[in-house]
Amino acid sequence: MSLPARATTLVIAFLAVVAGGIFVALHYIGSQPPTVDYTSVASNGQVNVTLMTTPQTTVTDKPDWVSYFIKNPSTGQFVHTTYFKVPADTQVNITVLGYDGCTPLRNPLWGKVTGTAGNVEVVRYYNGKAYSAPQAISLLNSWADCSVQHTFAIPGLGLNVPVASPNTVAENNALCGTSPCVANTADQALAPHTVVRFSFKTPKAGGTFRWQCFVPCGGGFVDGNGGPMATVGYMMGQMEVQA
Amino acid sequence: MAAEAGPATVGSKGGRRDGLWLLVIWIVLSIIGCLLVALVWGPHIPPGDASNTAASQQVDITVLATIATPVVIGVLLYVGWALAFWRQKPGDETDAAPIHGNTRITATWITATSVIVLALAVYGTVELIAPAGAGAGQGPQPIFQRGMPPAASDTSWAPGTNNILQVQVIGQQWAWTYRYPQFGGFETTDLVLPVNTPVRFNVTSLDVIHSFWAYQLGVKADANPAVNNVAFTVPKQTGQFVVRCAELCGIWHGAMFNYGKVMPVAAFMTWAHATEIQLAALTKILPPYALTYDPTVLANVGKVNEELGLTSAGGGYYNPADPEQP
Repeated sequence: MSLPARATTLVIAFLAVVAGGIFVALHYIGSQPPTVDYTSVASNGQVNVTLMTTPQTTVTDKPDWVSYFIKNPSTGQFVHTTYFKVPADTQVNITVLGYDGCTPLRNPLWGKVTGTAGNVEVVRYYNGKAYSAPQAISLLNSWADCSVQHTFAIPGLGLNVPVASPNTVAENNALCGTSPCVANTADQALAPHTVVRFSFKTPKAGGTFRWQCFVPCGGGFVDGNGGPMATVGYMMGQMEVQA
Repeated sequence: MAAEAGPATVGSKGGRRDGLWLLVIWIVLSIIGCLLVALVWGPHIPPGDASNTAASQQVDITVLATIATPVVIGVLLYVGWALAFWRQKPGDETDAAPIHGNTRITATWITATSVIVLALAVYGTVELIAPAGAGAGQGPQPIFQRGMPPAASDTSWAPGTNNILQVQVIGQQWAWTYRYPQFGGFETTDLVLPVNTPVRFNVTSLDVIHSFWAYQLGVKADANPAVNNVAFTVPKQTGQFVVRCAELCGIWHGAMFNYGKVMPVAAFMTWAHATEIQLAALTKILPPYALTYDPTVLANVGKVNEELGLTSAGGGYYNPADPEQP
């Protein structure tokens, strides 16, 4: 092989390796879930945000991972993401449609509601037939009852909300089969679930705040720590507060 | 050193005079440098003096930096002198003087470096013991607890008694929580300490390996699951300090930090008693206070795991029949 040909081959091989590295960096490391923007729908100092938990993620290549979804306020559709944006100095009213079943918390501390208005969450249970009356809850004991499925916690704001679960093991075993759990078929909307509501105030300065689940819900991973527990877009995300 | 060689070279011309100049300049600069390091820079060296452990570390680093100063100055001075005065002149094609076999210089070098290294080893070993064991991260069974009162009671504590205040540090992905066994065993996300009071940290983890690093207090101890790591300190100043995780523990390791607070003893007692009452309902559902926690033990987790068929799975939290493993 001539010298120019060898040099050309070397350059091409080098560029191929560089391109592969860039692809890996952008595709696997640099990729971020989409952000659902709620800033345009805020009014009178408040904004309503709707989240959903699901026992699986059939819209991805990880169908057996639990996940959060976020409702797009413009389309009304649930998006598979955990990133959302809200305005600063605004009361955020969050509704979590909790379609997953119960799993004990590793640390019962996270069963206490903190950082919300009144340090409570208001829960309605749907057992497959009817909704219960709203209950204001400040503490859930996940070690004694089938009561907690995930948490929505923003450590930077001192916010922790245990997301109540359908409250029997029987309901826990009759969860919806595809995700998101509403908006596909009427049957899925009938699956046992909870409606959890709480409010908190975003800081005036704005910023980006991580949020996460403290239930070790990475089924199949050692101690439940991996998988969805360690992947943005599933059980961890970011709340961008726009000043 | 070049003056030892025989042939007439640039270096040998002013060899002894250069050596004298180097010695004088080195002594003067070293005195100035040591004073600056010890007296000017030293008080500002991290981690500061907010606790006895931090102050001890600051003193250690100051001592080491002061000892190192003449060495650094000597090296830089010699290199600078060589570049300035011993460089080869244009047109000078002669070789430099061959140097070998100077017993006096060799002996001096070996003796001086041995003294410095051995002195540092002795000093470092002593400082690992004082003031309270290794100063931070003493390990599961610390041998040396100099100046620290015993853990006379695990269930009560009062200021001024011969009983050390115990605070359990619990790491979990990705947050720190703190448990106060001598105040009913409440657990909180706030780390509050009384000033001028010996504190014993019992550090553990609920999941992976973390590291408790109370930066301004000069305390760093690994937080390992199923292990109780002990560290001591005595906060000396009121105010805020940073707590970080110093062990890569997952995707949000970098966000695993919060702030602790040192306050007057009376204010601490008020806070502790108020928090104990405020968190009474939560404390009831916590597991009994222990130095480590194993959430995979069914007796502790309760009936939900049994009903769901989560059988601890050899350390796992999920049914081993679940096919997915990392």
